Amino acid sequence: MSVGIIMLVHTAFDRAEQVARHWAASGCPLVIHADRNVPNATYRKFIDALSDLDRVKFARRHRCEWGTWGLVAATQEASEIMLNSFPDVRHVYLASGSCLPLRPVQELIDYLAERPQTDFIESATTADVPWTIGGLDHERFTLRFPFSWRRNRKLFDRYVALQRKIGYKRRIPNGIVPHMGSQWWCLTRQTLSAILTDPERATYDSYFKRVWIPDESYFQTLARLYSRQIESRSLTLSKFDYQGKPHIFYDDHLQLLRRSDCFVARKIWPFANRLYNAFLTDAAGAMKRTEPNPGKIDRIFAKAVERRTRGRPGLLMQSRFPVEGRENGLTCAQYSVFEGFSDLFENFEPWLAKVTGTRVHGHLFAPERAEFSDGQTVMNGALSDSAKLRDYNPQAFLASLIWNTRGERQCFQLGPRDHIKKIEWSLAKDQNAQISVISGAWAVPLFKSNMNFADIRQEAALLQQVESKHLDVLRSQWGKARVRIWTMAEFIEAPMEPLQTIIDEIGKQSVHGLAEVPKMADLTGFGQFLQNLKNQGMHPYLMGDFPVEHRLHEPQGQTRKPYLVR
Amino acid sequence: MNVLSQAWEAYRLRWKRRRLLYRALRKRRQLRPVVDRTGRIAPGDILCFSTVRNEAVRLPFFLAHHRALGVRHFLIVDNDSDDGTRDYLEAQEDVSLWRTQASYKLSRFGVDWLTWLQIKHGHGHWCLTLDADEILIYPHHETRPLPALVDRLEQSGRDSFGVLMLDMYPKGPLAVHPYEAGDDPFERLCWFDGGNYMIQKKPELHNLWIQGGVRARKFFADRPERAPTMGKMPLVKWNRRYAYVSSAHSLLPRRLNRVYDEAGGERLSGVLLHTKFLNTVVDRSAEEKQRQEHFANSDLYDSYYDALTENPDLWCETSTRLIGWRQLEAMGLMSKGNWI
Repeated sequence: MSVGIIMLVHTAFDRAEQVARHWAASGCPLVIHADRNVPNATYRKFIDALSDLDRVKFARRHRCEWGTWGLVAATQEASEIMLNSFPDVRHVYLASGSCLPLRPVQELIDYLAERPQTDFIESATTADVPWTIGGLDHERFTLRFPFSWRRNRKLFDRYVALQRKIGYKRRIPNGIVPHMGSQWWCLTRQTLSAILTDPERATYDSYFKRVWIPDESYFQTLARLYSRQIESRSLTLSKFDYQGKPHIFYDDHLQLLRRSDCFVARKIWPFANRLYNAFLTDAAGAMKRTEPNPGKIDRIFAKAVERRTRGRPGLLMQSRFPVEGRENGLTCAQYSVFEGFSDLFENFEPWLAKVTGTRVHGHLFAPERAEFSDGQTVMNGALSDSAKLRDYNPQAFLASLIWNTRGERQCFQLGPRDHIKKIEWSLAKDQNAQISVISGAWAVPLFKSNMNFADIRQEAALLQQVESKHLDVLRSQWGKARVRIWTMAEFIEAPMEPLQTIIDEIGKQSVHGLAEVPKMADLTGFGQFLQNLKNQGMHPYLMGDFPVEHRLHEPQGQTRKPYLVR
Repeated sequence: MNVLSQAWEAYRLRWKRRRLLYRALRKRRQLRPVVDRTGRIAPGDILCFSTVRNEAVRLPFFLAHHRALGVRHFLIVDNDSDDGTRDYLEAQEDVSLWRTQASYKLSRFGVDWLTWLQIKHGHGHWCLTLDADEILIYPHHETRPLPALVDRLEQSGRDSFGVLMLDMYPKGPLAVHPYEAGDDPFERLCWFDGGNYMIQKKPELHNLWIQGGVRARKFFADRPERAPTMGKMPLVKWNRRYAYVSSAHSLLPRRLNRVYDEAGGERLSGVLLHTKFLNTVVDRSAEEKQRQEHFANSDLYDSYYDALTENPDLWCETSTRLIGWRQLEAMGLMSKGNWI
């Protein structure tokens, strides 16, 4: 008993010849079908080249355009020739010219000999397959498709839409249940001959001629009528990308293909010399008797599709530039923004770095320069601290910073003195941002400063205006960041609780609570300072209610819980 | 209304493209053939187009690299070299050479000349348009030559390919690193800026305007809008009706500029390793400043040339050392999309 190979060829004839000889060398008879579109001269040459092999036959040529009946007709005729000419054939293996046997042919022969009644054909009902392209699954079998999907996509789509609209449906003959699957199968003589000699074959043929991509459904459906034992999988390793185009294997896939333990793989790039040499000549890894295991490499392909369709979040590059709303994350990792903390606490930045083990920057959007941690002038990825470069494209600056420091959480300060106009919306809309605000804390440096009071008043009015608008942005309904806002008065009542919450969320410190607290600025006289501002006609309100004679940590009436905006 | 304005825009760009093609047609008279071997070009060959001036030092590696990638024929315009470039190129069996003494700037930095050659010889071929200091790499380039790449692009219905230009520099002052023609330039120029690129989408041509890298960091930090453009579309399945608009940074028709995914995914893309900062750049910068042939508003770039003449050190603590394409892919400077 032997295995017969049907080979469909349309290009790369030297490779097809090489593979045909490989099959023939192990005693497999072949029936080869070449596409009608192949020029006669090329075809002649191909036939001549194989003329020394006696168990090779050629089928009448059909035009084999992708997704059309021609492929099925070619397979049918080749199958008939195979079954009639080679009575010793028990299994018929459908392969293409760009298929490459990965394991010694004898292993395949033995494998099939041990399973004499089994048909290997991937065959699933339309409801169960996720890999249909063009959004058509069951409709493949109930609509008509007179226009080519490849050449006349518009007409194709419109005609489908029209049929849907008027509710047109074809009748499926004899109550057969449409199944779909890989077009590369291996059927037993019994099953295949039953399909080919079915008295209803004319009915089925005329039905499937008008089905879309019949090569993925004709044998897959009809095998269900006759097979005694179906293994619904293909023995050919064949991968498709998310657009339904076959993946091509190159020289660098050698190890990957070896690991798959599959018998045959397609499609091989015709110039992949190393693959052809490796698999057609040496017998390394032969006689393993292992089951084919395409699952080993499925994961790699699934990841590739994800890379192509979803990309790496937070990455902007020459081939990934999402429109607004499709970014799937404006940045690539979580980070924390602190507003007012370094004004209120004298040693906030070193303290935060110590407690959380994160990278703590100063005011990244300061007017003079980006205040990177430890006074650096260039950060990871050669990101410059130049204010002009940063302000030229602040979104790119932020995305680059977070991208370049993957694996290390970033924290930075922000305040109304900074250039925040062009970046605040991006921060508010970024789900990776954790923004904590002590509103009004910008007044503390003014309070400590040695400026003339008139200037202080003017500056305070400006900062209050900027921060007020900024808070509106943070509270916007479009925001996705985790925003917490306290007024300064609220915050200094019980500073530890909010600090603990923020630190917990960063999630790196010990469970025992904060061992060390940052040192708060001395606020004696701050209430009076605010009162003086009021007396000058500037009404500071963002810091909450400070009594004129306020002393630190003195409870003042009711305190509200910090609120979490989102 | 929107439909109308779009139609008007498309019409306007069509005329712009025709103007560019007409321009190239007129400039063809500036080209004198030195050696024309274009008869050897076979259907399906991948071609490379380039305008060069005094690049005798860079050309041996440039030709060898791209030849190994699968370029079958180089079509080169020599803009008045006097360093042996012409003799060297003339002797190469897969090079066709033209010469001209006309202005580089007035031919839109060589693009008009190349457009004419592309009209004449590029139709139906995949065409690379490169400068002699640009070395193309892309995912899997060591094992999958250009024919595999273009097959892949065609299979995914694409006819152009986008890259990021990566300025490569040495550690230490530029002039102290010796370089002999034919050497691998990246033995010394093995550092680059890995993560300071800024992208905007251009509303008219829909191309991405990428800036950044070491030149933005060192020479244009105070006027970023002048920083050089780092995005290119150097590989295109050419049609004689196509035209590059400004160098290889943008193309007409503008659908060719869409080499990026806007829905969040990543498309296949590559990198041009830029060997500008070989030791020769220091002496050459003084000359270029004189010639004023490289920028549209050349005066604005005087300080840039001055800085280069001073033999600067471009390296910094956070520069990245080049290892290979997998590293660049992991850093997000190129993408293999789903070509695995």
